[in-house]
Amino acid sequence: MAEISRDLLLHVAHLARLQLREDELARLELQLNDILAAVSKVSELDLRDVPATSHPLEVVNAWEADEPRTSLSVEDALRNAPDREGDFFRVPPGGS
Amino acid sequence: MIDTLRLTAEGAKELLDRREVSGPELFAAYLEAIGERDPELHCYLHVCEDSGGDGIPIALKDVIGTRGIPTTAGSKILRGYVPVYDATVVARCKEHGLRVLGKTNTDEFAMGSSTENSAYGPSRNPWDPARVPGGSGGGSAAAVSAGLAPWALGSDTGGSIKQPSALCGNVGLRPTYGTVSRYGIVAFASSLDQVGPVAKNVRDCAYLYSIIAGRDPCDTTTVESPPVELPHRDDLKGVRVGVPVELNEHEAIEPGVRHAVERAIALCRDLGAEVGECSLPRSVDFGLPCYYLIAPAEASSNLARYDGVRYGHRSPHAEDRLAMYENTRDEGFGDEPKRRILVGTYALSAGYYDAYYGQAQKVRTVIAREHAEAFERFDLLVTPTSPSVAFALGGRTADPLAMYASDLLTIPSCMAGLPGLNIPCGLSDGLPVGLQLIGPQFAENMLFRVGHALEQAIGFDVVPERLR
Repeated sequence: MAEISRDLLLHVAHLARLQLREDELARLELQLNDILAAVSKVSELDLRDVPATSHPLEVVNAWEADEPRTSLSVEDALRNAPDREGDFFRVPPGGS
Repeated sequence: MIDTLRLTAEGAKELLDRREVSGPELFAAYLEAIGERDPELHCYLHVCEDSGGDGIPIALKDVIGTRGIPTTAGSKILRGYVPVYDATVVARCKEHGLRVLGKTNTDEFAMGSSTENSAYGPSRNPWDPARVPGGSGGGSAAAVSAGLAPWALGSDTGGSIKQPSALCGNVGLRPTYGTVSRYGIVAFASSLDQVGPVAKNVRDCAYLYSIIAGRDPCDTTTVESPPVELPHRDDLKGVRVGVPVELNEHEAIEPGVRHAVERAIALCRDLGAEVGECSLPRSVDFGLPCYYLIAPAEASSNLARYDGVRYGHRSPHAEDRLAMYENTRDEGFGDEPKRRILVGTYALSAGYYDAYYGQAQKVRTVIAREHAEAFERFDLLVTPTSPSVAFALGGRTADPLAMYASDLLTIPSCMAGLPGLNIPCGLSDGLPVGLQLIGPQFAENMLFRVGHALEQAIGFDVVPERLR
């Protein structure tokens, strides 16, 4: 299994939108490689013909009737907002 | 005088029904116990002064959303967050008149086995405050054992109800996947997360389960489950008990734990059960690696919502939107969520998906099949819940893999979506040992029956020795 290099760690951190501090990077690099070495054990089994389990119950899609119901008010939906402008969440411009 | 250390929920209900105590008097008795013992044990992150209702008080793990009551999931990123709606399980408790005592401590986002990953400091074990109460639901388990709540709700992804119940010496149920609504619960790993009860005895546990179980239109993964039968029989005639060799003879199991579990298995025979050995050859060796791919992968997706936009912490260092996301998440998440987000993001990323997440989902099928085969011969399986008794605070924090191994024996059945019940089965070095009963899907009533009969025969005193 692949080893996580510093560059790969920074790439994955960026995908996860985590800005890691320098002191975290060294520790995490070691720990993540230990963890990946341990979980890579799953590759020891030959499971070519085994189906994947994504959900532990054998259920089919559950559909509800398409009926209007009361939902959160705009005030409630914005109650925990760190910043707002009128009826909107406000965020800084730029970046992605 | 209400003795909250001994009072069961059923006992509390009788007192209320006979009008020997009022709802407010009962609530006040628990607040007093909390005032007395919680400064040492730190079971609660938030205590309610008064939350309405006139029935039995209840404590809720802080991953359960409560309208008007702060809900942090043990994380700094949700400091100050006050939900604007109740989780379905909370609404159901309120319909039964239950009164919310407060929110209990948890490892951050329920990720951990000791509560030491809580951003608000660890809880302590009521049997020995130098030791952990288990986790992630250590606050709920410790509160029930210390008489700071008659019962509580927890959540279990890989053992977060069963393992703390084992370490604190009480009864905890992880129900069959899909029987209890997760609507309004802080999501961790959605193909595994379940809400369940923690109580002083099996009857209380069954009663609380009957209150929260059932299909919920707001959670499409829920299904109807069989009506709950409160257990009363004290024999095990006609019950076939399987002993999975690999989960009972694993080298990580402490001798004292093994002896207590062996005595409980012998008791099953004495009570009339038919006992035999079975094998789950790959469930133990591959359960832990399988879990530590699937749970982080799903967590990395679920935790993407904490971005500083709609609720929770937002970094003051937010020159642009990217900086806001990245700094908010770096400041708000502790070490364990960061580790799991990174492992999960890696396991799901292009080029690695098939080898990690895809392969783990196939291992999950293997584990489910092994259990299904065992249930062709047996009604339930018994194993230790935790390989060890409560460990010392700080004992496993330096090594994430050592902490992960705490859930070695609870994880396999979680992967298969099976219900599991912990009951205390004795002491080792003065600390509780937990027995895990695992059933086929929807066999909660069988677990309650066997758990109740064993509980009567074992006669375990759930009040920690130092508090008697």
